[in-house]
Amino acid sequence: MIFIEDKQMVIPGDVLADKEYQSGRGTFKEDDKICSSLVGLVAIRDKKISVIPLQSKYIPKRGDVIIGEITDTRFSMWNLDINSPYSGILPASDVFGKEKRDLNKAFNVGDVLFLRVVDVDEVKKVKLGLKGRGLGKFRDGILIYITPTKVPRLIGKKGSMINMIKDETKCEVVVGQNGVIWVKGDPSMERVAEKVINMIEEQAHTSGLTDRVRNMLFELLGKEIPEKEEKPETTEKATDEEGEEEENGEDLIQ
Amino acid sequence: MITIITNKILGKNSTSSKRADGRASDELRPFKIEAGVLERADGSAYLELGGNKVIVAVYGPRELHIRRLMQPDRAVLRCRYNMAPFSVDDRKRPGPDRRSVEISKITSEALMPAVFLEKFPRSTIDVFIEVLEAEGGTRCAGITAASVALADAGVPMRDLVVACAAGKFEGEVVLDLSEVEDKDGEADVPVAIMPRTGEITLLQSDGNLTPEEFGKALNLAIEGCMKLSEAQKEAIIKRYGD
Repeated sequence: MIFIEDKQMVIPGDVLADKEYQSGRGTFKEDDKICSSLVGLVAIRDKKISVIPLQSKYIPKRGDVIIGEITDTRFSMWNLDINSPYSGILPASDVFGKEKRDLNKAFNVGDVLFLRVVDVDEVKKVKLGLKGRGLGKFRDGILIYITPTKVPRLIGKKGSMINMIKDETKCEVVVGQNGVIWVKGDPSMERVAEKVINMIEEQAHTSGLTDRVRNMLFELLGKEIPEKEEKPETTEKATDEEGEEEENGEDLIQ
Repeated sequence: MITIITNKILGKNSTSSKRADGRASDELRPFKIEAGVLERADGSAYLELGGNKVIVAVYGPRELHIRRLMQPDRAVLRCRYNMAPFSVDDRKRPGPDRRSVEISKITSEALMPAVFLEKFPRSTIDVFIEVLEAEGGTRCAGITAASVALADAGVPMRDLVVACAAGKFEGEVVLDLSEVEDKDGEADVPVAIMPRTGEITLLQSDGNLTPEEFGKALNLAIEGCMKLSEAQKEAIIKRYGD
């Protein structure tokens, strides 16, 4: 027995289905019943039911590519704020190798880095690394924070949404999987991108978002809204399945 | 001349009901719940129940810096219940007192069984309950609003905890005591439950009740909780506009 439909909104404690279904993320099992533990939208895949939260905190996972801000310089490592209940550490050896150098010469408090989560242990100590294509320090630009679960929505199918923002505002945009977004471009364009991204976050659970984002972009840029080209844009899913992670790193310096 | 009409004066004229504000014995005061009222908090809720006005802010799960409080296997749930100095007729001295420390503790204990604390080891979830206006039953109002705020913050929970009080006033067992009924009444029984399973997470009893009266009060309070629970759910769904 199933009591809800796909993409229906549920709240904590709602009974979703009987035991013949599997309990996925955002759900829990109690007395052979599957219940929601979050405020979110139901996603049914075959026999697996999960709830995609509308609001959440970033829980670090090995392999994620994230944006962090340095909060402290220690003897042999940096501490970073990664928009999560846990802070991250970047060992100095990851930057200098065996060589011993002054940490302040490389990065200072307040610097924004693009990093990879190297390891998360059982007590949630988050080790970060800078090894990889495009990873490194950002210069200038602004940071925008959104709920991490809305990152796939912001990127869109094969990056459609994010590329539209990039093209229209002529800004460099890098999205971290922890819900931090770095935008650099003309200051007025940065504002436009910020407004659009915040709008996407607010309306991430509604459908037909790409069109509204396009209209909003054109309006903010004072452009004529082009007549709808008949492109059979399939009705978008309320929450896209794992949008590919943003790995656009050419715009990075360091 | 200004006459201050208190519930007591009103009560003398009413013949239909024994209760001061003319409610039936199993009737709640009018209530309203709203979710997501604060911009900067991770989750928030506003609740009105009769003359009570309560606002709740939730922050977290976030990093806990106090080492001795840290739990290696789960998050800690910290609650702070605070009454504004202007929330009662006589100015309340600001700051925590014995009463608010107790209520903070029982609130966190009433919410804890519902929250999946083990999902966020070594972190904290902070709940701030601010009573802007008080008219009896603020602890229940605080718990009810706090669970809406927790859900709004995206904290995983087993159920939405809901609380309601029942008691005895002038020899009759009644639901949802007002301030006058609380002060002049014989007993006050605040109850918090998880409505899906009916588990009780808070049960206090102040005053004298016979076992029969206590049973009646408990059932009445649970009934009241169920009504409030519906309003909680509506508040969360309304927050997202569909």
